Amino acid sequence: MSILEILFWFLTALALFGALMVVFSKNPVHSVLWLISVFFSISGHYILLNAQFLAIVNMIVYAGAIMVLFLFVIMLMNMNTESEPQKSKWLRIAASLSGGSLMLVLVAALKDTSGKVTGVFKVEGNIGLIKNLGQVLFTDYVLPFEISSVLFLSAMVGAVLLGKKETNSIIS
Amino acid sequence: MPINYYILLSVALFSIGIVGVLTRRNAIIIFMCIEIMLNAVNLLLVAFSKMHHLRALVADRATTVGTDAQLFVFFIMVVAAAEVTVGLAIIVMLYRNIHSVDINFLNRLKH
Amino acid sequence: MSKFVFLIPLLPLIGFLINGLGRNLLSRTAVVAIGCGTLILSFILSAILFKEILSTGIATGVITYFDFINTAGLDIKFAFQVDQLSVLFLLIITGIGSLIHIYSAAYMHDETVPHYARYFAYLNLFVFSMLLLVLGANFVVMFIGWEGVGLCSYLLIGFWFKNADYNNAAKKAFVMNRIGDLGFLLAIFWMLSQFGTVAYLDLFPKVASAPAPVLTGITMLLFIGAMGKSAQIPLYTWLPDAMAGPTPVSALIHAATMVTAGIYMIARSNVLYSLAPISQNVVAIIGISTALLAATIALKQNDIKKILAYSTVSQLGLMFLALGVGAYGAGVFHVMTHAFFKALLFLGAGSVIHAMHHEQDITKMGGLKKLLPITHITFLIGCLAISGIPPFAGFFSKDEILIAALEKNPIYYMLGVLTSLMTAFYMFRLYFLTFAGEFRGTAKQRDHLHESPAAMTWPLRILALFSVVGGFVGIPAVLLKDSNWLATYLSPVIAAHENEHPFIHLSHGMELALMVILVVVIAGVIYAAMKRYAQATVVVESNDKGISKFLANKWYVDELYNSIIVKPINFTSSFLSRIVDNKIIDGLVNGIGRALQYSSRQLRLLQSGQVGSYVLIMVISIIIFFIFQLFWKF
Repeated sequence: MSILEILFWFLTALALFGALMVVFSKNPVHSVLWLISVFFSISGHYILLNAQFLAIVNMIVYAGAIMVLFLFVIMLMNMNTESEPQKSKWLRIAASLSGGSLMLVLVAALKDTSGKVTGVFKVEGNIGLIKNLGQVLFTDYVLPFEISSVLFLSAMVGAVLLGKKETNSIIS
Repeated sequence: MPINYYILLSVALFSIGIVGVLTRRNAIIIFMCIEIMLNAVNLLLVAFSKMHHLRALVADRATTVGTDAQLFVFFIMVVAAAEVTVGLAIIVMLYRNIHSVDINFLNRLKH
Repeated sequence: MSKFVFLIPLLPLIGFLINGLGRNLLSRTAVVAIGCGTLILSFILSAILFKEILSTGIATGVITYFDFINTAGLDIKFAFQVDQLSVLFLLIITGIGSLIHIYSAAYMHDETVPHYARYFAYLNLFVFSMLLLVLGANFVVMFIGWEGVGLCSYLLIGFWFKNADYNNAAKKAFVMNRIGDLGFLLAIFWMLSQFGTVAYLDLFPKVASAPAPVLTGITMLLFIGAMGKSAQIPLYTWLPDAMAGPTPVSALIHAATMVTAGIYMIARSNVLYSLAPISQNVVAIIGISTALLAATIALKQNDIKKILAYSTVSQLGLMFLALGVGAYGAGVFHVMTHAFFKALLFLGAGSVIHAMHHEQDITKMGGLKKLLPITHITFLIGCLAISGIPPFAGFFSKDEILIAALEKNPIYYMLGVLTSLMTAFYMFRLYFLTFAGEFRGTAKQRDHLHESPAAMTWPLRILALFSVVGGFVGIPAVLLKDSNWLATYLSPVIAAHENEHPFIHLSHGMELALMVILVVVIAGVIYAAMKRYAQATVVVESNDKGISKFLANKWYVDELYNSIIVKPINFTSSFLSRIVDNKIIDGLVNGIGRALQYSSRQLRLLQSGQVGSYVLIMVISIIIFFIFQLFWKF
């Protein structure tokens, strides 16, 4: 077992365990912290896959910005208690069953995928480097890139609008 | 390491996300589960990108096949960030109005 | 002149629009001026057209105005056909129409101005439709006019729409006409599918190559149309009821013009009929049967207008006999002379009714000779004309028909002669009961008796003149050689009557002898009628037993139709309405509604409004889709 394989299995276990803990921990703050660990392990996967730029972006955007935002909201609402009402037992069992069977079905659907491509792990290629990505981004994908700025602008306007006080007319 | 492993990992993460969405009543947790699902998809995209890149590499050392998938992931992150902003704003507004983030109170679609 | 042909139907249409739309604004004088003026202008134009054709001897032919229906494989133009036949009808329609408009101006004077204007508007619309009917260069334009005259007939029969009986009569006329119209319409469709055209000039050259059964079918359907419009068995019962309308309307529509539309149609399509001998025989048989039936009924009627109505039906039957034996020219000739004397008789009857204050029962009249001198003289001329006394108009046309029938089949001739004798009898019964003897009405009526105003008597005089001289356009060869001007005139449109295998070949001498014998017998019949009715002071008709009762009740045809058609339909309708519609169909519809409401109420529970449950359903559906995709490979 090479060091890369050990790393792969470790990161995989961490991601799955973290995800499970996100779902099953009672305290929302714990959930957020476990989610951060999931994101870190996924970033690790990205590095294993030679996608260095995405690994960094994932860490900055998700683990940094977004999770801080989540934490901030949770703290703002003072929800660090474990008083969240639970769904009924049957509903939870049904939900878990359906989630599990979805996984089974997906696995069954994909089980025949050819396993011939085994070289995913080779540390080769440099497309994940920022130089290469930047070149494509600002040539082929420059229009979507610019449009995404408009998306952000509208998201910002939306957030401000929703955050304003006079919202009685929407939900009262 | 075959691509199958990555597929299985992604499917598992995605399903955990679904179970979370279905079982929890806290809107913020549900939101986090959606993020897990998004990340599962991102991971799979990157894995496929790597796979295609390695295949092309055999023929041409200077190939850039696979860049597109990584840029897709990049754009998904961009959209996810915007989505989170708006989503959290909605949740905050919700909390201010009904003093709860329990989605069971949000049954106004019925009326 | 052909440039102005479109004005002939357009002028009455304009009159209709002005009178119809402005009926609350116009004064009485203006209404009369517009109503009569437009028609007289049309008549002048028609006369000019007629003179042109007469002087040049050639018809103007087809004048196309615009594409009426133009789709793939179907090209119907809005076009007029100006030829000898249509111009002759134009003259009859606009000429008699003008006279009747003038007459109506006086006759309808009691109406209030809006109704007065409405009357003239309808009358003008009728003339417009009738002109369209005869001018159309194809069967579709003819059909437009055909429907138009049917509509106007309905409107005018029900002119006094406050009377329920009159409305029923109007409805009856309309429905019976519709039955015939269906036949006409089917014939048009058949012609379109068989020949691809309905324009006369395109169609007629093609028919010779068509198979005989098709031609028989088309001509039979056309004849069904003619039956409805021209009141033949079995669709004749509307015409006597149509007498509910104002008398000038009866004169114009139900005697002189509209009812002859069927004759015109068959005469126009004579090429088709000549190739379909079965249809010709049917036309002849139906024609002579109708003539006989109506004549027998007319013998026992007491209502002055009803007698004239049955007489019209009978005369129409004779015209169809002429068409059926192939004497199209004779049929058209009789249309013309009949238009003169029957319009005259109806207008005379109108004058009598006007004087009698809307009394129509001839048993309550009598002795009007002295009080209504002009009406009396003109009415007498009309009676002589219809009875076929030379030299009045009816003699020549009726004689031509009878001779043609004799050459075809002597049975037709015998029945035709019988009809003529009965015609003479009932017409003179009517004449003597009305004008001779002593007055049998109330004293009040006697005090009010007066001759009609000039606007009514002048049309009578003019029509009387034509009833006298109208026959001279068709003097038979046996009396004066090469003098049948009408046959020569119509020859470009209607092939000369040639009977290749005559049943009897008549020599001129035999023909003359038959003519003289017939006239003598008719004179005898008139004498018998005079003996019986001229001096009657109290008329008691024994109409309560035997054959008289049967005839007085019009062969019980109305009752027969009522019991075999109207009642079953009513019963079926009420059954359909009460059981099928109320119970089954409504039950079905309401049941579907109730079932939907119930299931919706149950399904509504699924919509909890909980986003979580929606997501759950979504996930389960995805799973199901995947399972289908994986394990059931379709």
